[in-house]
Amino acid sequence: MAAGSEVTATYYIQHHLQNLTFGRHPENGWSFAHSSTEAQEMGFWAIHVDTMGWSIAMGLLFIWLFRKAGKMATTGVPGGLQNAVEMVIEFIEGLVRSAFHGKNPIIAPLALTLFVWILLMNTLKIIPVDYFPELFARLGVEYMKIVPTTDPNATLGMALGVFILIIYYSLKVKGASGFAKELSLTPFNHWLLIPFNLLLEVIGLLVKPFSLAMRLFGNMFAGEVIFILIALLPFWAIWVLDVPWAIFHILVVTLQAFIFTVLTIVYLSAAHEHH
Amino acid sequence: MNINMTLIGQTIAFAIFVWFCIKYVWPPISTALHERQKKIADGLDAASRASRDLELAQEQAAQTLRESKEQASQILEQAHKRSSQMIEEAREQARAEGERLVASARAEIDQEINRAKEELRAQVATLAITGAERVLEASVDEKAHRKLLDKLAAEL
Repeated sequence: MAAGSEVTATYYIQHHLQNLTFGRHPENGWSFAHSSTEAQEMGFWAIHVDTMGWSIAMGLLFIWLFRKAGKMATTGVPGGLQNAVEMVIEFIEGLVRSAFHGKNPIIAPLALTLFVWILLMNTLKIIPVDYFPELFARLGVEYMKIVPTTDPNATLGMALGVFILIIYYSLKVKGASGFAKELSLTPFNHWLLIPFNLLLEVIGLLVKPFSLAMRLFGNMFAGEVIFILIALLPFWAIWVLDVPWAIFHILVVTLQAFIFTVLTIVYLSAAHEHH
Repeated sequence: MNINMTLIGQTIAFAIFVWFCIKYVWPPISTALHERQKKIADGLDAASRASRDLELAQEQAAQTLRESKEQASQILEQAHKRSSQMIEEAREQARAEGERLVASARAEIDQEINRAKEELRAQVATLAITGAERVLEASVDEKAHRKLLDKLAAEL
């Protein structure tokens, strides 16, 4: 890269970190954003089409794969796909059995969905950062950020779902009064300390989904930025850093999916427990 | 938005990464999958073998039972045969013994009769002589008539 490389680099990074945004622009009305500023000007009333598309695609891939395995399932010796799917299901089942102490048939399927879905979405990161943006540029699409978990909207969305479940099961299992008691009388069981307890518990409750979302997003986003920075190196040197970083991300990708799943199970288990 | 060498650089990196995965990441996963498959296959095999063994054992037990029943009935039959045989033998022996006793008794009787006859003969001679002496009122020369009297006794 020669003159103006700094501008190019900044542009390159910004471009790769920009989602394909469709929304209501104050001037242009409902349209795709043609720049980061335009996307920002859209404010809340915008949607990241690439995040939605890729996350739904990964969700469908998960459903298709597991449904196919389920349809072909035999009671005899399992074939390749069935074997792999069974292994994942066994893993999740073990996780739920060890971490979830209530009784709820929803938890294991929920954990399985979260784990596989996040794993698939994270795995998109292994694909070189330029492949899909370049491909979609040929097709006339300006932006394409393919890893949904590098978008806080996606991770917060999932965490919000988990949060709703936490609230729902807390109310269902403990009842409104039981839940209120838990919020106001722990950790200090004294009426004078109710405001303090309430503050502590509500913050604790709200932090749960936020930490879930931010942990996943933070890890994935940081990794993505490093990948983009590595891509700025001279082409013959890219592999020197890119390959170790990608190998490291085999770990990060599974670990983050695992952590999200385990924490979800633990939070929901806590929601089912009486104090 | 311009295609440049970066794309090639990334492709090189991606190719190396894929090679790495094929070489070092996939084998352990594949091994684990195969091990799981093998374990399941072994388990199913063992189960079917066990059920076959059970069937076999049951069959064997039934066979043994049948055989022993047969043997028992055989033994019983033999015993029956033997007992009837023994009874038959005993009966035979008893009859033989009886016959023998009868025969010996008869022989004894015969002997007795003979002896009585002998005695009678001897006495008849004396009686005859005595009678004759009475009849003749005379003494008969015993010596002279002895031969005659013996002949008479023998004819008795």
